[in-house]
Amino acid sequence: MYNATVARLTYRGLLGRRRAFILFGLPALLIAVSVVIRILVGADDGTAGSVLGGFALATMVPLIGVVAGTGAIGPEIDDGSVVYLLSKPVKRPTIIFTKLVVAIAVTVVFSAVPTLIAGFVLNGNSQQIAVAYAVAAAVASVAYSAVFLLMGTLTRHAVVAGLVYALVWESLFGSLVPGARTLSVQQWSLALAQRIGAEGAVSSDVGLPTALVLLAGVTVAATWFAGQKLRSLTLAGEE
Amino acid sequence: MTSIRIDNVSRWFGNVVAVNDVSMTVGPGVTGLLGPNGAGKSTLINMMGGFLAPSTGTVTLDGVPIWRNEQIYRHIGIVPEREAMYDFLTGLEFVRANAELHGLGAAEAQRALATVEMEYAQDRAISTYSKGMRQRVKMASALVHEPSVLLLDEPFNGMDPRQRMQLMELLRRMGAEGRTVLFSSHILEEVEQLATHIEVVVAGRHAASGDFRKIRRLMTDRPHRYLVRSSDDRALAAALIADPSTAGIEVDVEEGALRIQAVDFGRFTALLPRVAREHGIRLLTVSPSDESLESVFSYLVAA
Repeated sequence: MYNATVARLTYRGLLGRRRAFILFGLPALLIAVSVVIRILVGADDGTAGSVLGGFALATMVPLIGVVAGTGAIGPEIDDGSVVYLLSKPVKRPTIIFTKLVVAIAVTVVFSAVPTLIAGFVLNGNSQQIAVAYAVAAAVASVAYSAVFLLMGTLTRHAVVAGLVYALVWESLFGSLVPGARTLSVQQWSLALAQRIGAEGAVSSDVGLPTALVLLAGVTVAATWFAGQKLRSLTLAGEE
Repeated sequence: MTSIRIDNVSRWFGNVVAVNDVSMTVGPGVTGLLGPNGAGKSTLINMMGGFLAPSTGTVTLDGVPIWRNEQIYRHIGIVPEREAMYDFLTGLEFVRANAELHGLGAAEAQRALATVEMEYAQDRAISTYSKGMRQRVKMASALVHEPSVLLLDEPFNGMDPRQRMQLMELLRRMGAEGRTVLFSSHILEEVEQLATHIEVVVAGRHAASGDFRKIRRLMTDRPHRYLVRSSDDRALAAALIADPSTAGIEVDVEEGALRIQAVDFGRFTALLPRVAREHGIRLLTVSPSDESLESVFSYLVAA
């Protein structure tokens, strides 16, 4: 199911391209902001919660997810170099699964790990807030990677579609229409954070069992569908 | 013996028909897929390479369907037309990755690079390569598993004459080894120099098929039109029309030239300079007026 060569090519493609700046920039910003807040305000659980929930989980994780998820396959399909992967006796679902693993690893490293560090900087993991949000970020990384990887196989405008989902649906719609929050990766991962954090430190609109089922379901379904999509990928000529 | 069989295949995109009821078999040796730009060559090659499903009909490799069958790539090597190829890797890393995806290793990658004579630049990033070098590394990546079928889409585009000769030599060798080599081109001379068998497609239709010499004869036997300017047009016209190799001569007074229709191409090209010399006439312009590829193709379609 996992192909080391596909993984190597994907890692190098992801970290070598210009979009890698976003991967390094956003976490650096989060940690810098946390350091400044800690110096100016001091350790405060409420502030820590709003930075980690409002910026880290709501904005940074989906953005990194978009970059890593779509970037793991989109550019190759776009420029045609995916031909070299597809013209091999390697099962297409294997290619997708490998790329998913890479996208998850990159998203976790560039979003969950910085979230944990930022949490410790902000309030020293008081009330388990740092760990709770880091776990939520890690879990969200898995689902985002799968969803955005699928988008990468579906459309040439995967980055835009991903941004629309992450920023418009999850942030804007979620704050206006309560029902939209039930269908939000962010809320599902918050359900897990709620369980880990101290009583009342983190809250989610979705119950934990529902959240876990939806997270797993979305991840599996998106990955399966992306594999099928790649099996019948059509390459248009230059004509 | 490996051959690709295309059976009553059509492919349309929306309401545009790119390939229209084509049947052909591509067997061992070098086959040229010839046709003007937009004739459907890439569409055909993409279907043979498993990157496009036929709308109707079947494309098979020794009886096995190619579409949605990745095991087929154990036997097929593909050299795509597009340039992009993991530019951040070195040539060696790229070919090696291709070898690994076939379950092969460094030795096979090195051998493939040697075949295309790219060892000297194998440690440079592909982004620094010239077009010809890229083409050769693409070849190496397609040859790494010694496929019995090699598909190349416009492989000579953008190559300089020396690189072109090298690649032709390589493809000839592969054909002689009994591999099935198919390349597309819109340039008659390339196909003439390389292919033993040609398939001509024009506007999505299969226009001609067979031995190159036979098709070449069809092409050269067609009436040729020439525009000729000389020091004495009328005297030249009188002398030429006496020979059966010309079918008609028009004195174009406005242009100040002769429009000659020749029916025997070989004989006419020998006749013209001889007649001019015998009559002391200087030839100022001799230009074929319908040598464009499209006119050759349209003649073939009509034939």
